[in-house]
This record gives sequence, C-alpha cells and structure tokens, in this order.
Amino acid sequence: MTVNPPLSETPEDEDLLLESTTLSTQPAAVQPPSGLGLRSLLRWAWRQLTSMRTALLLLFLLALAAVPGSLLPQQGNAPADVADWISRHGALGRLFERLSLFHVYSSPWFAAVYLLLFVSLIGCVVPRTRLHWRALRSRPPAAPRHLSRLPVTRSFTTTATPQEVLDAAHRSLRRRRFRVDRLAGSVGAEKGYLRETGNLVFHLALVVLLVGVAIGALYGTRGSAIVVEGSGFANTVTRYDSFSAGPLADPQRLDPFSFTLDKFSATYQQGGKQNGAPRSFTADVTVQDSPTATPRSQVLQVNEPLVVGGTKVFLVGHGYAPVVTVRDGEGRVVFSDAVPFLPRDAMFTSTGVIKAPDARPTQLGFQGIFLPTASIDPIRGPLSTFPAANDPALFLSLWKGDLGLDTGAAQSVYRLDVSRMTRVGLEAMRPGESWTLPDGLGTITFDGIRQYAALSIAQDPGKGIALGSVVVAIAGLLLSLFVPRRRVWVRATADDEGTILVEIGGLARTEAGGLEAEVDALRSDLPDEAAPGAREPIEEYR
Amino acid sequence: MTAHTFAHLSNDLVYSAMATLTLALLAFSAELAFGDRGRVARTSRRTVHRVPVAVGAGGAPVDVDTPDVAELPEGDLPESTRAAKLGGIGFSLTVLSFVLLLAAVVFRGLAAGRAPWGNMYEFSLASALVVTGAYVIAVWRRPVLRLLGVFIVVPVLLTLGLAVTVLYVDAGPLVPALKSYWLVIHVAAAIISGGIFTLGGAVTVLYLLQERWERRGLSNSLSRRLPESEQLDRTAYRLFAFVFPLWTFAIVAGAIWAENAWGRYWGWDPKETWAFVTWVVFAGYLHARATAGWKGRRAAMIALLGLSAFIFNYFGVNIFFTGLHSYGGLPNK
Repeated sequence: MTVNPPLSETPEDEDLLLESTTLSTQPAAVQPPSGLGLRSLLRWAWRQLTSMRTALLLLFLLALAAVPGSLLPQQGNAPADVADWISRHGALGRLFERLSLFHVYSSPWFAAVYLLLFVSLIGCVVPRTRLHWRALRSRPPAAPRHLSRLPVTRSFTTTATPQEVLDAAHRSLRRRRFRVDRLAGSVGAEKGYLRETGNLVFHLALVVLLVGVAIGALYGTRGSAIVVEGSGFANTVTRYDSFSAGPLADPQRLDPFSFTLDKFSATYQQGGKQNGAPRSFTADVTVQDSPTATPRSQVLQVNEPLVVGGTKVFLVGHGYAPVVTVRDGEGRVVFSDAVPFLPRDAMFTSTGVIKAPDARPTQLGFQGIFLPTASIDPIRGPLSTFPAANDPALFLSLWKGDLGLDTGAAQSVYRLDVSRMTRVGLEAMRPGESWTLPDGLGTITFDGIRQYAALSIAQDPGKGIALGSVVVAIAGLLLSLFVPRRRVWVRATADDEGTILVEIGGLARTEAGGLEAEVDALRSDLPDEAAPGAREPIEEYR
Repeated sequence: MTAHTFAHLSNDLVYSAMATLTLALLAFSAELAFGDRGRVARTSRRTVHRVPVAVGAGGAPVDVDTPDVAELPEGDLPESTRAAKLGGIGFSLTVLSFVLLLAAVVFRGLAAGRAPWGNMYEFSLASALVVTGAYVIAVWRRPVLRLLGVFIVVPVLLTLGLAVTVLYVDAGPLVPALKSYWLVIHVAAAIISGGIFTLGGAVTVLYLLQERWERRGLSNSLSRRLPESEQLDRTAYRLFAFVFPLWTFAIVAGAIWAENAWGRYWGWDPKETWAFVTWVVFAGYLHARATAGWKGRRAAMIALLGLSAFIFNYFGVNIFFTGLHSYGGLPNK
C-alpha cells in the first residue's frame, strides 16, 4: 500500500497532494499482484505493460534497436553492400543475416519493440482519455481544508463581506478563463484542460501515424527505371528495372500513364574546390496521363517530381548511355542501341556491358568503361576528370564464347558472365569511330552518346494519413507542453470578532510557470474594503 | 561589392568572432576561478532569497545567494562584485561575438546567394550563432544564467574551430538535391533545435554538478552562485520542452522534403535513423520526468544521452556514413 504523505489528514487532502505533483490523469505506480490467480496475474502483467516505467524502457529499447541499422548496410538501401559484407565476414555475416541485422526495420524483433510500445501506449491512453472525459464534465474540486499548504498561497483580511469577496473572485477567475465552481464560503476554479487533451491527442495521433505507415507498407508500390533520352516509359510492372509492392497492392492496377524523355541536361561546377559538383539537372518529358489523354509537356527536376494520379515520378540520378552498333562476322547488324552505363564516381567514370547473343560465328560480349572527359591515370587506368561529356571516350574489352544466356538463369544486364568466354581484344574509341574486331568477328561502331535519367516511381496511399497525423500530433504536443494547468481556490471566513479572512491557494503542474503572477493578479482583484454601492449580481456558471 | 568580397568579409568576421569568444572565455573562466573568495565576501552576511516550499511554484523569482552589499563598508569593493564584473565583461564580449557571427552568416548568405546553411561549414556557423543567441536571450531573461558562459563558449569555439579548419568550403551554389525551399525550413529548424539542445545540455551539466554538491553538502565558488539544482532542472526542462516540438517539426519537414525529392518520406537513411534515435531519447526524457524514480538525475542523464545522439547525428553521420544526407561538402575519402 502507498504510505500516506505525512501532510495529509483527510482523504481529500491526500488525493490533492498526490495529484499536486502532476495535476494529470497519469496512472499511479503499479502494485505487485495481490493474489495468485491467473486473472490477477494477467491484470498485473497488463498494468506492468501499460505503466510509465515500461513505456520508458520500451522507448530506450526502440532507440537502441534502431542503431544497428545505421551501422550495418541494409537490404532496402544497399543490397549490394549487404552481399559484400556477408561474403567478407563469413560466419559472422551469416549469423547477422539470421538475426535480421541487414533488414533491421522490418525485422521481427524491431516490430516486437514498437508494437509493444504501441500496445503500452494504447493501454495507457485509453483509460486516461476516459478519466479526462470525466474531468472535463465535472466541477472543479472543492477547496482543500488547508489552503495554506498549497504551493502558492496568499491571505489577507478585509472589511468586505464574504459574498463580495467571492463574487469578485468568481468574476476575476472567469475573466481569466478558469472554470469556476461556487460553494458555500469558497470558490474553486481550474483551467488548462487542453493540456491533457493535447497530451492524449498527441499519443492517439501517433497510433494513426502507425496506421498510415502500415497502409503505405501494405498497399504501396515503388520501383525504379532507367529511361534513355528519346525513349519512353509506360507504368507497367514489366517496364520497371526493379519493383516492389506491398503484400496487399495489386501490381496489375498501376496508374496507366506513360511518358517520353525528350531531353536530359545537366550543368556542373567548373573549377574550384567543388569542381564537377552538379549544379542542375533537368529532364524534359512528354506525359500522357492515360492512354487516351492528350500528351502534355513537363519539366522533371530533383525536388520537382512528376505527379500523375497517386503516383509520383522522381528524378534520382542520371548517367550516360553510349550508342553502339555491332555487326557480326557475317556483316549482319546484331546489336544497335543506347546502352546505359552505371556511374562509378562523381566524375562519371561509368561501366557497362554490351551483349550480342545473335552474333556469329560466336556470341560476343563487351565490357566497357565510358569516360565523359577522358584521361588515363597512371595507377588507376582510364578515369574521367569531369562529369560533362567534354571529351568522351569508350574503352571496350571484347569477349567471345558463350554468354550463358541460354541456361535460363536470370542475368544482370550490367554484368558479363565470362566463365565460358575468352578475351580477345581491347580498344579505346571516340564517338563516330569503328573498331574492326580481331579474328574476323565483325565490327563495332561508337555512334554517339545519349544521357539517361534514373527514375524512382512510387505510390503510397498511406502518406496522406501519415502527414495528417503528424500535424495533429505536433499541435497536441504544443498544447500538452505549453498550456498551464492550474487550480485556484478562494475562501472567505469570518472569525469570532467579525473580521473577514480571505485565503487564496494555487496549484500548478511543477514545470509550468506564472502561477504566482496569476494568484497575485487575482489577489489585486479582490476588495480590501466593503463596496459602498449595491452589489452586482453574477451569472451562475456551470 | 561582389560575392567574392562578401565571402572574404564573412570569413574575417568568423575569425573576429572566434577572437572575441576566446576573450569572453577568459573572462568567464576568471569569474569562476576568482569567484567570491575575497575577504569581504567571506565575511559579508549572505541573504538567501528562497521561494516558499517550491513544490509547484514555477516562474518564481530566481533564487540567488547574494551577499548583502548594503551592509559593506563604503569604498571597499567586494571580491564577488569584481568577479561579477569579469562575468559582465565576458557576457558583453559574447554579445559582440553574436553580432559578429550574425554578420558572418548574413554575408555568407549574400556571397552564396541563398540560405547560408547548405553544407557542414555553414551549418556549423549557423549552429554557433543560434547557441550564442539562445544564451544571450536566456541571460537577458534570467541574468543568473550568465554563469553558463564557459559551458556555452567552449562548445561554440570548438564548433567554429572545426568549421574553419576541417569543414571549410568556399561559398558557392548548391547541388540540385538541396535546391528546395525545404532546405530553408527543415535545416533552419534543425539548426535552431541544435542550438537549444546544446544550451539545455549545458544547463543540465550544471544541474548535475549542483545536485551533486547539494547532496554531499559541498560548497564552492560555483555552487554558491548557481541557482538551486531544482531551479536549474526546471530551466533545462523548459529548454528541452521548447525544443522537442521544434525537433519533431524539423524531422517532419525533412520527411516531407524526402517524400518530394526521393519518393519516400522515411527510408531509415543513417541521418534519419539518428534523428529518430534523438527524438525517441528525448521522448524518454519527457516521460522520465513524470515517472517515479526517474526524476532528477536520471532524467538529466537521459537528456545528455539525447544530446549525444544529436551531436553524433551531426558530426558522426556526416563524416563516417555514406547516405543520402552526405551534403557535408567534404572532400571524398
């Protein structure tokens, strides 16, 4: 059992003192289970879970659980780094993988922490909402017996009648937006109910936020695609380079838009410490919102996505796609296209692969390095010195043999499987140049360069809910932190000689300031002597 | 004047601010060191203004343990007054540094032709400005907080030192990813949060010291002039309670920007992760203050933990991790 605070004499005072530290509906400390029955054990466990102490513990666990995801590569952000990490660390890598350390934020243990936290939150907030609802509709509490024990007290004697004093107090408190209750010989008043309202709204908004996040995870889709200048994109799953959808999303029913990338342009910092730093990216696109809609032109930029229906298309990167034509030993064109190369550094030294499976007498493959501004580093080999295509060059190494495409296994378009191939040549080319391949294997022409835009295409039906909930949450948070909750009582009593003693007592949440000033202002509104004229009646307030 | 001149002027102003801050640091340190050890101060009667049973009386006048100067013999300036003079000089120098830093940030913005917080150097400069400004405002509202001087000036000088040596980049335009009005909103909110987190951290350190001295019944020149630990605790709480919604807003603004730039409002990028960790730890702090057994010292330790997470997010994440927030403008490793 709780030990009575030494100051309290009556149950009423005890309640008041207990509440005086918080003035809130915060739950009391958890008692150990009183019986041995399953029921009481469950009740005890529930109280434990919904106690502030547990919430505190779960908050720390949540903060702690979030950390490893920032220290280790994550599947969602950097799948290649994850594979690399695992292969470099052997058994430790496999152990970490089993512990979900490479997808921390979708791991069962991370989910366990935040779900427990939310259960604890709901279990705490729901009863508090009920209590607060009751408090909102009830009268301010009656004055405690000893007003002089409250944190802020004032007392004085007056020649005015108790009626006059209490009327003045009533008016003054009403004007200060207190809820006032008039009892025999005293006035009780309370304000700042919005503090707890804000607190509860904040916590409930967090629950709604979780719902918004869940909707996004369940029904959202996102993917990426590379679109070369002059070519188009239609929003169907097959056109994506990578695509992921929530378990409840229907990938067959994506917004049916399409667009063509007409032109991509980029500018870069010339010279100085930040030489080569990007300064602007612009993609000019022609969009059709649906197969029957009239095409419209739009400019796509970083921070300025293309919005069609509920889907947004973001410009997230760019690169170069050398245009090459391959003729085989028999003189037939077996490949002619722009090949997107992936940038490897900030100066856009890029690598890519060209595959010509139809070439005869043997299949051909090229591993290439594209340099927008070419130079040869004595140690690191071909290297670009500026990201713009000022002096472009293409370095190709030629492989012949079996490309391995007939095995049926999926193969990356950016990687050449050379296990059944042999390297037969190496050449540096400028745009417009042709290379006659050795051994009569054919020719390759470097026709020119196009740029491509790397796009991210996302659709998240939960984000509106998420945004709305955080806006409400911040509003609730502001109320819960800055609205002062105060109680004030005024009592006027006549002693044996007929002198009227007025006592004022104020109570506030510990951290909130200004109670003294408020009580002093109230004091100055109370009469020190009897009014000469008739008394104003005051309206009854409930 | 050209952008180039503005940039140079900004740099000169930063160095001047560092010089005045160093002098301010000397003055503040001297104030603490030569405190109230003088003969007169030792013997003068001390009046203690206390708030009646300060359970719930927020906003009460600050409890200051002041020697009763009126009773001193005339013409004999008490040591403590001399110390206070040193503190006053330190504070004046800090105000001057604030003005210099403000000018430095403004000229940096003029030189770059944009909001002057596009890279780590500028972010550090702006943070230093906010910390100094928050301190000046705090002292203006509660003069006794001047004693925080050393604890404010040291981190500000360290930040500026790091900025001009390691983080410096020439003023220039931004990479496309940062060209958004969300840069102004999100980063400004983050900078102001950083400044107030730091100030709150300084007050918390003082609280922990004072609380320890009070608990052990120790007394020294600092403890005698500091407000009671309870008062410090309340001040720290107010700063953190003020900054928590702002930090929440900074994260939300960042999420809105991320949604607009990368297509998702939250992606557990290292910067986002540590912002989340900071938020959760401070949420823990606010809860701890309302939990029996966690009030006071433990809650204060949690706040310092949250501040560490914030600082790590700024320096650690920008320097050690590669993520989408690698805007530091630092040369590649």
